[in-house]
Amino acid sequence: MITKKVTGVDAALEGVESGMTMMLGGFGLSGIPENSIAKLVALDVNNLTCISNNAGVDDFGLGLLLQKKQIKKMVSSYVGENAEFERQMLSGELDVELIPQGTLAERCRAAQAGFPAIYTPAGYGTEVAEGKETREFDGKMYVLEHAFKADFAFVKAWKGDAAGNLVFKGTARNFNPNMCGAATITVAEVEELVPVGTLDPNQIHIPGIFVQRIFQGETYEKRIEQRTVRTRD
Amino acid sequence: MALDKNQIAQRIAREVQDGYYVNLGIGIPTLVANYVREDIDVEFQSENGVLGMGPFPYDGEEDADIINAGKQTITTLPGASFFDSATSFSMIRGKHVDLTILGAMEVAENGDIANWKIPGKMVKGMGGAMDLVASAENIIVAMMHTNRAGESKLLKKCSLPLTGVGCVKKIVSNLAVLEVTAAGFKLLERAPGVSVEEIQAATEGALIVDGDIPEMKF
Repeated sequence: MITKKVTGVDAALEGVESGMTMMLGGFGLSGIPENSIAKLVALDVNNLTCISNNAGVDDFGLGLLLQKKQIKKMVSSYVGENAEFERQMLSGELDVELIPQGTLAERCRAAQAGFPAIYTPAGYGTEVAEGKETREFDGKMYVLEHAFKADFAFVKAWKGDAAGNLVFKGTARNFNPNMCGAATITVAEVEELVPVGTLDPNQIHIPGIFVQRIFQGETYEKRIEQRTVRTRD
Repeated sequence: MALDKNQIAQRIAREVQDGYYVNLGIGIPTLVANYVREDIDVEFQSENGVLGMGPFPYDGEEDADIINAGKQTITTLPGASFFDSATSFSMIRGKHVDLTILGAMEVAENGDIANWKIPGKMVKGMGGAMDLVASAENIIVAMMHTNRAGESKLLKKCSLPLTGVGCVKKIVSNLAVLEVTAAGFKLLERAPGVSVEEIQAATEGALIVDGDIPEMKF
């Protein structure tokens, strides 16, 4: 077996430098690589380009990197939940590229799957398509969108093993599987690193071939962004 | 009288048919789930990766790993499934989702829609809206017919940056149900007590009134 297990978050982020492009999994605060983000903050690297559906909240998720002005550019589909983000964007300190959510997912998947670009109907006729190649297929117009190029992908799974195999839970799955193998180095952090052989090969969501480094995160806060409940009658 | 948000949702719920997979946007569209008939089988998709969404969890049973696209905690129903974001948009782009219901700031008489950006104001992003409107064959827009200043939001041409072109098929507003046709907005139903003249006055785009227009039924 080829092992992907590293000793912890320090070893997992070896080689991370200022100016790099990173993919980070998660939707809102669900399924974000909490331990890797905390380490990026501690490493004090800056001028980062972050590809992530959202930008966290002021004091959690990517908001922690924004607070320390470590991010130069965000590539996201929705960024509304963060006052510091808004301040940096309006002052011009932060460059923001907003792209459709499905296009974001597919540009990750294209990088993972070896496609240089894909055609999507999303954004045709809008400012998102400005300056991009368009083409008609069967009477409908499509926009050419290129695969992302990233140095690191940081993903979070529920369970994993030393072979790098991953299993996700609930909607914490989101962009995480699409980012695996989509960057030069994929770092997977898991809530539980289980002994090799205990995960059923039939139930694995991402095979270890897409992962270069895996470690069990020390703690997970798993903060809820919009706690919405109903009362019992 | 003009409909309130719940009544708009209630009217849209009548468009939901047995066997439909439905994606609901944030705002009025979310309310539609409350009014779907109980004797039909419908599954709700949320683009962050769940099919078969149920109601909000009971207090104490919420799970950070199970949320909807509005980042609210939710539950799942028997038969539900979770999947990654690329698979989720394959359902949408591949036309496997039968009905998309979303809100709009403006709709044009040719079916163009604007709902993601107001120049000069904080731009939060389009989320999944551009993917949804570019691909769905059956899109219903839930919206107010006019803005707070009383100006029409059903226009000849959208003034705001577009989310998609020529994609809206049907609109349920607080005043009317309209179909988007090659000739403009075709008036199908009136809100109870609202006259054709009132709807005409609130519609900037071409309004087609063909014969007697019935009142909405709920």
